[in-house]
Amino acid sequence: MATKSLKAQQSELSSANKQLEVLNNGIFADGELPYFKDKIAEIGHFPLRPTKLEILQINVGYMCNQVCAHCHVDAGPDRKEIMTKETMAQCLEVIKNTGAHTLDLTGGAPEMNPNFRWFVEEASRAGVKDFIVRSNLTIIRANKKYYDLPEFFKKHNVHVVSSMPHYTRGKTDKQRGDGVFDKSIKALQELNTVGYGIPDSDLRLDLVYNPSGAYLPGDQIALEQDFKKALREDFNIEFHNLFAITNLPISRFLDYLLASENYEDYMYALVEAYNPAAVANVMCTNTISVSWDGWLYDCDFNQMLDLKVASKIKHIKDYNEEVLTDRNIIISQHCYGCTAGAGSSCQGTVA
Amino acid sequence: MADSYYDPKDLRKFGNITEWSEELGSKFFDYYSKVFEEGALSAREKSLIALAVAHVVKCPYCIDAYTKDGLQRGITKEEMMEAVHAGAAIESGATLVHGVQMMNKYNKLSM
Ligand code: SF4
Ligand code: SF4
Repeated sequence: MATKSLKAQQSELSSANKQLEVLNNGIFADGELPYFKDKIAEIGHFPLRPTKLEILQINVGYMCNQVCAHCHVDAGPDRKEIMTKETMAQCLEVIKNTGAHTLDLTGGAPEMNPNFRWFVEEASRAGVKDFIVRSNLTIIRANKKYYDLPEFFKKHNVHVVSSMPHYTRGKTDKQRGDGVFDKSIKALQELNTVGYGIPDSDLRLDLVYNPSGAYLPGDQIALEQDFKKALREDFNIEFHNLFAITNLPISRFLDYLLASENYEDYMYALVEAYNPAAVANVMCTNTISVSWDGWLYDCDFNQMLDLKVASKIKHIKDYNEEVLTDRNIIISQHCYGCTAGAGSSCQGTVA
Repeated sequence: MADSYYDPKDLRKFGNITEWSEELGSKFFDYYSKVFEEGALSAREKSLIALAVAHVVKCPYCIDAYTKDGLQRGITKEEMMEAVHAGAAIESGATLVHGVQMMNKYNKLSM
């Protein structure tokens, strides 16, 4: 398994332009498969427009203790893009005044940002209804200085959303690296110990599942049942919900698809699974994504493709919710990942 | 024309069989999708049965399709391989049980 990001490997695909070139050409330019734009135009959804801002998703940096094979952020220990305290302060101003009910911190491993704890403390005072931190679990066991994270999350009533590719060791380690499974299990047990994930507990612990390969996630409810049963029987672990998320064909996952010669089949599978009913609720219709350096995007995926919002407000320092909501969302063929089957978003299925 | 009998890409065109016989094709696909719904057997169990049968009838398209279907359902490779063995055991058993016929015939023809 690679230990460096595409960026550190100086891979051609680390460039957003190169990725967009792949997504806009080949089987789509040949007319073998329809462009996403044409597909959503059929049901009157082009241009795609936001409805109401509900989720503010802030990416506090691309540094991560892991280098997962499917990572759409191309995160890793070698990434130096980290949100500064100054940009965090600008975000806090927005958080205090936003109409969004959910604040969603992501990364990389958000906990690796040196000002992460300060930011969480400040943000938790703003009174947002649902305050999510996307934690990869292993970070909790990566170093002594992180051992108290479960207590810290609890103190600030953070909703923990964690990634867990499978309930078996082999599959988890293949996608995320050796030892990830055992560390994740230990971290989940510790979250349970402080009260996270226990049925009826207000301390929410949800898991995210991404397929570890070139296939789409199965039924979210069936997978949740399988995960619950296996984690309970084998490790005495409890959690609330499982979000099944489709891997979008960008960044490292795109690199994997191309290298393994699965790209065309995967795009066919996404287009075949296109569900018009998912279009109205794709994530970008209710989310704004903020990058480590304060730029604004329709979603975390567009952030990685360097497609800034098509609005005259483009940076957190100029934030204006009303102006931002009046924009067209930028789309490309990666968007098929959000509309396949039951749909996919950071909160799981959408249709 | 392709110069080989099997092309993995042909699986994508399976639905096209309906074009040359709308009624029968549609009836088949309705039946097919109904069969694999949750029922007295779970969709997961049916996926494993399909995988085993795919091997017994040696259909490369079905093997591709039900390996992928199994992955999507979170079925492990150990489960998949056991299903293939279940199919193989029945298939070899079906061959071997004919050994009794051979023995009967042998005995009948021998003095
Ligand atoms: S998928 Fe998550 S845990 Fe894995 S490298 Fe990317 S950011 Fe880190
Ligand atoms: S990839 Fe982003 S822009 Fe495209 S549909 Fe999904 S959320 Fe919207």
